[in-house]
Amino acid sequence: MLEIKNLHATVDGKEILKGIDLSINAGEVHAIMGPNGSGKSTLSYVLAGRDGYEVTKGDVIYKGKDLLDLAPEDRAAEGIFLAFQYPVEIPGVPNTTFLKEAVNAVRKYRGEDPYDAMQFVKMVRAKTKELGINDDMLKRAVNVGFSGGEKKRNEILQMAMLEPSLAVMDETDSGLDIDALKVVADGVNLLRSPDRAMLMITHYQRLLDYIVPDYVHVLAHGKIQRSGGKELALELEENGYADYAEVAA
Amino acid sequence: MAQETFTIEGLPTPRLEAWKYTNLRALGQIEFLTTPDSPSLDQAPSLVSNSAARLVFVNGHLNEALSEVAGGMIEITKDGFVLRVAAGVEVDQPVEVVFVGGISDAAVTYAPRMRIDLEDNSRATVLEYHIGLGDGVYFSNGETKINVGQGAKLNHIKVQAEGSEAYHLSNVHAQVARDGGYEACTLSIGAKLSRNDINVRLEGEGASCGLNGPTLIRGSQHCDNTTIVDHLVPHTACSEVFKGVLDDKARSVFQGKIVVHKDAQKTDGRQHCKTLLLSDDAEVNAKPELEIYADDVKCAHGATVGEIDETALFYLRSRGVPEKRARSLLIESFLGEALENIEADDISVVLADMISSWLSEEN
Repeated sequence: MLEIKNLHATVDGKEILKGIDLSINAGEVHAIMGPNGSGKSTLSYVLAGRDGYEVTKGDVIYKGKDLLDLAPEDRAAEGIFLAFQYPVEIPGVPNTTFLKEAVNAVRKYRGEDPYDAMQFVKMVRAKTKELGINDDMLKRAVNVGFSGGEKKRNEILQMAMLEPSLAVMDETDSGLDIDALKVVADGVNLLRSPDRAMLMITHYQRLLDYIVPDYVHVLAHGKIQRSGGKELALELEENGYADYAEVAA
Repeated sequence: MAQETFTIEGLPTPRLEAWKYTNLRALGQIEFLTTPDSPSLDQAPSLVSNSAARLVFVNGHLNEALSEVAGGMIEITKDGFVLRVAAGVEVDQPVEVVFVGGISDAAVTYAPRMRIDLEDNSRATVLEYHIGLGDGVYFSNGETKINVGQGAKLNHIKVQAEGSEAYHLSNVHAQVARDGGYEACTLSIGAKLSRNDINVRLEGEGASCGLNGPTLIRGSQHCDNTTIVDHLVPHTACSEVFKGVLDDKARSVFQGKIVVHKDAQKTDGRQHCKTLLLSDDAEVNAKPELEIYADDVKCAHGATVGEIDETALFYLRSRGVPEKRARSLLIESFLGEALENIEADDISVVLADMISSWLSEEN
């Protein structure tokens, strides 16, 4: 589904990604772990197409298409979803308007009829119920005044509404207490399916107790240093990232 | 008196502090003329389907065929009208007043004189719609006198959608009695050069006013909102929210003055001017002023200038919302606050639609 080949990227002229190779198939859950500043968030922004993250070398092929040629909205419509580490507050835009705009834009791109108000409300109610999210969150402005847990739950709700093929979760566990983490992890697990792939980006092993990955990769100094199964996460938990510190030197 | 002053001084120049940012020189160089009567018009532009009365002025003259003057509230005068709402009467539907310009080849000028008198405990909504139906040069120079009686409430909505070569100057003088309320919202999207002067005197305890103004301009349009609110007695309140969206080389001016007189203790005055610049060449001059002679008051003012929040834009796009639509959503939400004091839902929808269509014209 996703093929990243020798990906180099710079931010403000500074090279952050220095040759990433990664291949993800449908149905798989991959975790990328790494110390702060290793390039984890840069990778997620490059995949989502954020301005200012410049790819200088390499390719990203998604479902046979050159992903890097697509605008961020087209990537979303093609099925890529980035759950933000810091979800953005948008004052004045009700959450429900935001969700409806997003869902209908993606439907339009896919050649489907937009949902009318009734159909949309029905769908969003079904999703909030399934995910155990309070409907009250729909009426409020996007993420404005949301607690850290609510913001992350809102990301999961958006993901559930957009039904992506590839979900990239950037530090979804950051800022969450254990209860909120469980709710978010349950939401993610509900969305696991044989035709959907997930890329979990995290500093800590903790999240991976709840969302068990098929593969774990260690990212440090802009490169994947090591790949393995879920046991690699436990090893990192024990030894920390010290083993990867010297690579830089 | 005004005539004498004008004969001696002519048009105000930027040397006057109040006109520092709005230069009328180009206006002064045009030879305007008045027309003796109203050119015929097949259909009147209108913003609402239900109205208590509709007055249509073309080139400054009442077009009787297109107007519906009902209920004995309205008296037509030489250059405008008087609207008088009797004590205790609540007029549910808006009174719509349409001024059509721009349809003549000659440079026409007209000076609408309006008087709105709300007697005690009455309520009304007045919707002014200034529309240019052509590209002709014209000059609308209006004056509105408003009296809001005790416990009365006026919702005054003005849509300024003059033609691209139009000049639009208007002066509003409102006085508000005890427990009365004057809520004004002025949407400015038209004219080459426009200025809205709004002066409000809060004369009775419990009187309040809300002055809002969404301004959307582009090209080389110029729009000036200048307000003076006088708090003359204790326990009065005003809230001003002026929001501008400026593209290309457009320029907006906000001069807002709140004067709290010596006796006006417990005044609550708030004033905000927020501007979104969509281009590097757009410019805003904001001059909020507080003049306070009482010592127990709550006053706040502020002016901010910014650009579209790129992070929010990316967030919307990452959810599949196309860039242009995402920008519109962010601009509409930015302006939303400036529409909040419109009480009639159908009118706020009309204004929101005008904003959307302005945004969709964007290149």
